[in-house]
Amino acid sequence: MKPFSYERVTSPAEAAAAVARTPGARFIAGGTNLLDLMKLEIETPAHLVDVNGIGLDRIEPTPEGGLRIGALVRNTDLAADATVRRDYGVLSRALLAGASGQLRNKATTAGNLLQRTRCPYFYDTNQPCNKRKPGSGCSAIGGYSRPLAIIGSSDACIATNPSDMAVALRALDATVETVQADGTTRTIAIADFHVLPGKTPHIETALKAGELITAVTLPKPLGGTHIYHKVRDRASYAFAIVSVAGVIQPAGQGRIALGGVAPRPWRVEAAEGDLPKGAKAVSARLLAGAKPTADNAFKVSLVERTIGAVLAEVKGKA
Amino acid sequence: MKFDTPAGTNPIDQMKVVGKPVDRIDGKLKTTGTAPYAYERHDVVKNAAYGYIVGSAIAKGRINSMNVVDAKSAPGVLAVITALDGPKLGKGNSNTANLFGGPDVEHYHQAIALVVAETFEQARAAAHLIRVDYTRTDGKYDLAVQAKSAPLKGDGSDEGSGAPPVHRVGDFEAAFAAAPVQIDQTYTTPDETHAMMEPHATIARWDGDKLTLWTSNQMIDWSRRDVAKILGIPKDNVRLVSPYIGGGFGGKLFVRADAALAAVGAKAVGRPVKVTLQRALIMNNTTHRPATIQRVRIGTDRSGKITAIAHESTSGNLPNGDLETAVSQTRLLYAGANRLVSMRLALLDLPEGNAMRAPGEAPGMMALEVAMDEAAEKLGMDPIEFRVRNDTQEDPEKPGRRFSHRNLTECLRRGADMFGWDKRMAKPGQRRDGRWLVGMGMAAGFRNNIVTKSAARVSIDAKGVVTVRTDMTDIGTGSYTIIAQTAAEVMGVPLEQVVVLLGDSDFPVAAGSGGQWGANNSTAGVYAACMKLRAAIVQKLGYDQARAEFTNGTVRAGNRSVSLGEAVGQAGLTVEDGIEYGDLDKQYQQSTFAGHFVEAGVDAATGEVRLRRMLAVCSAGRILNPKSARSQVIGAMTMGAGAALMEEAVVDKRFGFFVNHDLASYEVPVHADIPHQDVIFLDETDDKSSPMKAKGVGELGICGVGAAIANAIYNATGVRVREYPITLDKYLDRLPQVV
Repeated sequence: MKPFSYERVTSPAEAAAAVARTPGARFIAGGTNLLDLMKLEIETPAHLVDVNGIGLDRIEPTPEGGLRIGALVRNTDLAADATVRRDYGVLSRALLAGASGQLRNKATTAGNLLQRTRCPYFYDTNQPCNKRKPGSGCSAIGGYSRPLAIIGSSDACIATNPSDMAVALRALDATVETVQADGTTRTIAIADFHVLPGKTPHIETALKAGELITAVTLPKPLGGTHIYHKVRDRASYAFAIVSVAGVIQPAGQGRIALGGVAPRPWRVEAAEGDLPKGAKAVSARLLAGAKPTADNAFKVSLVERTIGAVLAEVKGKA
Repeated sequence: MKFDTPAGTNPIDQMKVVGKPVDRIDGKLKTTGTAPYAYERHDVVKNAAYGYIVGSAIAKGRINSMNVVDAKSAPGVLAVITALDGPKLGKGNSNTANLFGGPDVEHYHQAIALVVAETFEQARAAAHLIRVDYTRTDGKYDLAVQAKSAPLKGDGSDEGSGAPPVHRVGDFEAAFAAAPVQIDQTYTTPDETHAMMEPHATIARWDGDKLTLWTSNQMIDWSRRDVAKILGIPKDNVRLVSPYIGGGFGGKLFVRADAALAAVGAKAVGRPVKVTLQRALIMNNTTHRPATIQRVRIGTDRSGKITAIAHESTSGNLPNGDLETAVSQTRLLYAGANRLVSMRLALLDLPEGNAMRAPGEAPGMMALEVAMDEAAEKLGMDPIEFRVRNDTQEDPEKPGRRFSHRNLTECLRRGADMFGWDKRMAKPGQRRDGRWLVGMGMAAGFRNNIVTKSAARVSIDAKGVVTVRTDMTDIGTGSYTIIAQTAAEVMGVPLEQVVVLLGDSDFPVAAGSGGQWGANNSTAGVYAACMKLRAAIVQKLGYDQARAEFTNGTVRAGNRSVSLGEAVGQAGLTVEDGIEYGDLDKQYQQSTFAGHFVEAGVDAATGEVRLRRMLAVCSAGRILNPKSARSQVIGAMTMGAGAALMEEAVVDKRFGFFVNHDLASYEVPVHADIPHQDVIFLDETDDKSSPMKAKGVGELGICGVGAAIANAIYNATGVRVREYPITLDKYLDRLPQVV
């Protein structure tokens, strides 16, 4: 870990300004990912701006009938929130499928959206990695790629986004609210928040330098049956091999987003029209153009089977 | 005390303290966080500086240069010692690769530099500033490729059953060819890492030319020897202290880079230095269980009697490294007139392969016991009946040489009753519970019992407190407690009146912890010392040796009685003795046996396996403490579940290293993976093993359980996977279509 300076701020605007004025500065909230990366010198911020004291820790209804989740709401609290459990069950289930109780107690809503890939080559600083060191190459391609992406990846990077929460947010069409150093605010659709790697896999989100997430907003409840089905090698405390966030309506229409298969939560709205036709049809359109490796080709059929399990569970509940 | 004839009745048979499920006497220290582990010996070492090890970034090649200018001038740095300018270290007897590499690199993450600084963070930050220029050379990293040209090799170690390069009885080929029922399958097991909770850690302090290491080590005397050899100093100048160990599983049988480089660093900076291996370094820097490719052939007659059995295994290692002795149990477990076992060793440039919990039998049973399941199915026989039919009371290779005590059949029968085996469907894929395909599997368990000499020093003071000192270690197993129980039993004092001090090379040399030999041998050594102390007390009192009894803190003969404290007086009394063995282990085959039973559910859609129930029935001699023994067995069953379902140190075959080298990516079972576990110990003794009549049990629990899981998955799905770990990607396309 490189020596760094540290300050605490008391408002979102102050936080954004503090990061903007110090080169190499980063926000820190729960620190459940950033600190690990700093110890390995994968992240080497010169300055940390601690945003734990800026509020943004409330879950409130919006005038549109949705829900506004403060950036600093902890994953544990978000998962346990009565409104979330009642109206956005897929989000609660996704959160509880991730990490451990201890980590969820620390991890924040905004931080969860910004966690970085768990590609093992990204974590080993002896190995080339375009995400960690742009232009150095991708050692995962041709290496151990079982946990990695089958779609949305590029010749520069085949990493996956590890978040469960983000997959549910993608299914729910959440929006991300931010503030920038000059005080301007904007909203970013979750679909546009995580960007594909292309030739620049070190750029992972639409955020600008110093831009701070202040909240995540959910539109009004969709109804339907909410399921988050996470497939993993062990029963808990493991990243998804494949996960499916499903919000399915009684008539069979609905939404499906995937985790564990792409550099960002993977959703293809056009494919959802095929939901009444069953998993095979949806899966084929969701994964059209997939480029799996020999190690992870099984994920293609696993996606189909997991969607099948989700649809079967919906039927079972109906 | 020489143990060369079967044990008669002795004080242990009273079973007033031994055999009781008492709580660990060190439990309070552990649950309150006050047991002193190696890295936190603030109680004995002040002002320790921090060392941080840099591992090689290549697997094979040469270091051309190391730029340490920035590291040396970084804040807090006291010394930077590199493989190019540091002291040339020797190699311990138990090490295959050098603990300090360079200029030649033998494996990935081999230690090539040590940074010593005032704080851990400073040492780590400076370590990242070292720039190394390498020339990479091609290495051999793919066992499957190298196996094709791997030569035959015998087992060089004396641990485990051992095996010569090729061992034949009768004419295997002819008998197999003639057998009406044949199984010929190949199974693979991956490289595995110990993943113990406590990383390797050492504090080193020099007092003149005397070195003390507070470390985390299973085998004090081996390691003292190797530290002396590595540093080129007399063994007498080395003291090793390791009273508490946060798990070892074989990974701490030997001296590793933390100990060697802490000593080097402490010498360089003239003050104590502590070094721990950072988690991400451990997998490639230290040892691992080597991967195996195992071919098993079983031929039977129509009645299910084995007429031919062969087990051939290939593993790999660095030059001069050892085999994974995966065929050992096949020499002993089942009868059969025509037999063949052999092993091959491929040359690999991966990190050093070495012992991990039940080396040999753990992966070997994962192959053999699935092959037995396959053979039983082909015969149309129940897998338990098939095993019972081929049970034996004699060493199958040496007719007339009997097992000291073998009750495998009872393990299987009792287990079947307890588990409800009669509800198992012989035909696979028949039972459904909602989305789950449910099946049952079983396997025999087998692990040898090893006898080895072990000594202790025992004292009594004027208050009648008994203190035992031995360099035996407690790696989480319960050694403290069973040693205290043994001393309490023999000396006739309450458990609370026994103090046990372990893990210090100033104490008499004990068996140490490995190969499930610790419990029986170390307590037998304590028994011997206590019997000598009894004799000394009786002699001091002038009592009749034949009539003296030790009970309730007193010694009594006829009408005469005195408390132990009074008997020894203010001076107290101290004796030292140990157990040494004759050839009972040659006359009789000493082994431990189990029946493993598993019920597993397989998600019909996703293929995820979730265990539902596990049971082990163990035949392992006298159980010294049913509570700590049970903990050992359920821990081993858990580790076996990891081996069956998820554990694999994945090799990057291009660059030669284990890729998933942290605990986020090398998955071991968590609570949610482990269902209800039952353990039953058969009520028995083995009078050939030692005066304790006990045998090992800490590794028995892992031997066979993986195969029982594999067999349960087969029974649930009808899909046979012969490539461990059994992850869903290996059979998803063979599961029934559900969509």
